[in-house]
Amino acid sequence: MKFDTVIIGGGLTGLISGIRLMQKGQKCAIISSGQSALHFFSGSFDLLNNLPDGTPVNNPEASLLELSKQAPNHPYVKMGESKFTELAQKAKSFLTEIGIKTQGCSHKNHYRITPMGMIKPTWLTMSNFAFFEVGKFPWKKAAIINIEGFLDFNPDFISEAFEKIGVETSIAYFNLPELNLIRKNPSEFRSTNLSFVLDKEVNQDLLVKILSEKSQGCELIIFPDCIGFRNADLLPGLINRLGKPIYLIPTFPPSLVGVSTQLYLKDYFTKLGGVFMLGDNATHADIEGNQVTNLYTLNHGNIPISAKNVILSSGSFFSQGLLADIKQVYEPVFDLDTDYLTDRADWYNSNLFEKQNYQQFGVKTDKNFHGIKNDTPIDNLYVAGAILSGFNPLKEGCGAGVSFLSALYVAEQILIKEKTYEPIAQYK
Amino acid sequence: MNLLLNTSENNFEQCIKCTICTVYCPVSKVNPDYPGPKHSGPDGERLRLKDPDFYDESLKYCINCKRCEVACPSNVKIGDIIQMARIKYSKKKPILRDVILAHTDFMGTLATPFAPIVNAMTSFKPVKSLIEPILKIDKRRSLPKYSFGTFRSWYKKVADKQKKYPTQVSYFHGCYVNYNNPQLGKDMIKVLNSLNIGIQLLEKERCCGIALISNGFIDKAKKNAKIDEAEIRKSVIDKKLPVITTSSSCTFTVRDEHSHLLGVDNSSVKDQVELATRYIYRLLSSSDTKLKFKNKPLKIAYHTPCHMAKLGWTYYSVELLKLIPNVEVTVLESNCCGIAGTFGFKKENHEVSKKIGDPLFKQIETGGFDLVATDCETCKWQIEMFTTKTCEHPLSIIANALED
Repeated sequence: MKFDTVIIGGGLTGLISGIRLMQKGQKCAIISSGQSALHFFSGSFDLLNNLPDGTPVNNPEASLLELSKQAPNHPYVKMGESKFTELAQKAKSFLTEIGIKTQGCSHKNHYRITPMGMIKPTWLTMSNFAFFEVGKFPWKKAAIINIEGFLDFNPDFISEAFEKIGVETSIAYFNLPELNLIRKNPSEFRSTNLSFVLDKEVNQDLLVKILSEKSQGCELIIFPDCIGFRNADLLPGLINRLGKPIYLIPTFPPSLVGVSTQLYLKDYFTKLGGVFMLGDNATHADIEGNQVTNLYTLNHGNIPISAKNVILSSGSFFSQGLLADIKQVYEPVFDLDTDYLTDRADWYNSNLFEKQNYQQFGVKTDKNFHGIKNDTPIDNLYVAGAILSGFNPLKEGCGAGVSFLSALYVAEQILIKEKTYEPIAQYK
Repeated sequence: MNLLLNTSENNFEQCIKCTICTVYCPVSKVNPDYPGPKHSGPDGERLRLKDPDFYDESLKYCINCKRCEVACPSNVKIGDIIQMARIKYSKKKPILRDVILAHTDFMGTLATPFAPIVNAMTSFKPVKSLIEPILKIDKRRSLPKYSFGTFRSWYKKVADKQKKYPTQVSYFHGCYVNYNNPQLGKDMIKVLNSLNIGIQLLEKERCCGIALISNGFIDKAKKNAKIDEAEIRKSVIDKKLPVITTSSSCTFTVRDEHSHLLGVDNSSVKDQVELATRYIYRLLSSSDTKLKFKNKPLKIAYHTPCHMAKLGWTYYSVELLKLIPNVEVTVLESNCCGIAGTFGFKKENHEVSKKIGDPLFKQIETGGFDLVATDCETCKWQIEMFTTKTCEHPLSIIANALED
């Protein structure tokens, strides 16, 4: 099997770089060992919320100099301040171009509300999700409406968050008889299963009636993200009929917006002609000189995949892009050089909420994000996303940003190398 | 238990409870009686290990499509855990209908000599209405047609000619080609002959056992698997002939289920059993050999059967179809068709079976396709029953497009 670029890992990073390369005429394949961490998506992409020392970031673009002092190996620092700013600005255009609407910008963080009722800074938020800037929330009274027995969304916590920003709230619950069928399995009373019922056309009239009654006297409805699965017209239709906005709040996983974003990006990639191989594992590769020549997978066995360039975006520990055993942290496909602390006692902090060093472990790369094996960069192997070393996605609030920007960055490196690079068009 | 890797044999403890499997389960979406793969698989396993009484008969609703395993980010063998639990703990006795549906080869042997009569009877509505209360096979279901004479009996007439080709491979034809659709076997032989390759059959071939496993006839399935694996070894090791197949489900069963569920060791030959489309793809991509086609403008929709998705081999069938001049191939969004082997035939499952497949049928009807291609025989029955389109095996389409 021959491709221009083969990408290991089919999450946010793999799909963004794959789409970017396919847009420029490359023939790409993605090998994905299972579904990705996008299934835990909050509906917002974070770019940079805190510096490593804990200082909150208001303007990510203006924080790069300080970041470079505190974390010289950070992927953002590696790509350089001007490239960081350029790609962070273009990421939004890129999403708009492929049909994903977001709110927010890279020179000023806005705020989102978590399912636990925390108010957190963020970069880009999907349309219909609760989004606000401090002091600029134009509503006075909101109705938080939940489904009876749905435990992945807690109105009391959410209410506290809204009270903090000066919005008065009321809480109401409702039920649809059809939901009782899903209730038979309380452990599967989850956002994705709820959407199969709530999205049905026959239930829309009833839903409008319920939401309208339960939100009397309120200007705004706050609703868990369990409606409008893969149907972008459904929520705007409801809002139109109700005559007042509905803001979604993410729920505990599985994330409905995450699953639909994953499927949307995957469909976009395959419609451009990309080959998406789900449920397959890259196992090993032939490396000759400083080039990956053939890649082998579990399903394809003795039929190797060859490509001019390879992107490794197999994720961190969750996706098994990185593995840890008793004495080391390693990357299982190419056995690339990794950054980790040699004394295992230094990997963890016994306080779960403190900074965990293991989260900064990852694959070493050079400035152009080439993977390094035995201290030598591999010329046609690029590394991107959560598998990179040098950043702490949770403490710095930069996981999605690193995935997104490094995906665009390595795609750009490949396009420059293959002499087909053109900048992403700016959309207004 | 591998202490160094901290994993047990059926790696249930690798599950991190992310519930992604349940998101992609075609059954739990439409059948609230099924608790979903996470609950039935790794969650339930924890309890069953403590006490087998925790076994829940609702596991019978699992259609063993393995889409949970394809989706799992932690590589947990969820489908295998569920099937093994059914094998170990289920106390439910199969009914007569299950015996008939499960024994595809025995029924084929009975039916093929009288195929014209059997086919006329089973497509006659009053007969189907009679069958329904006795056998609990839904009367709305179109029943598979039997061929008048088996593939193996036809093959005897061409066996000598096949031996003359310089390269030889063995063909595991499966029950469907033997009893229902010998034409597919003939089409495959036509394609391979055009590449100068002759076909041999295994001396003995038993049903791969997929329907036996899903209907609870495990001893019989084991017996079949042992015979099949011995025959495959004879071909692969003694005669040095790889084994090719045309059914994605038989292939998956022989390669994976025989060892995972039935405990029949096939490690020495597994890699030599593959779909004919994969065998041909490799041949074409590693040599100057070419298939010679007529111009055949067609708009084809490719449906990925569940077990094909698990094998990960859609690429080969699709790439071969794309070689036909002026053919446009669209790979449909991967969605279970709902038949799941014998599941959809059962009266109690008819509605669920249709509901599972609805998103697929919608894609097929609205795409403006000339025909549907798929590598699974039961998917073909389901698609032809619930849509207006004909569904063909990729090799039949290719055989029809070959230069005369």
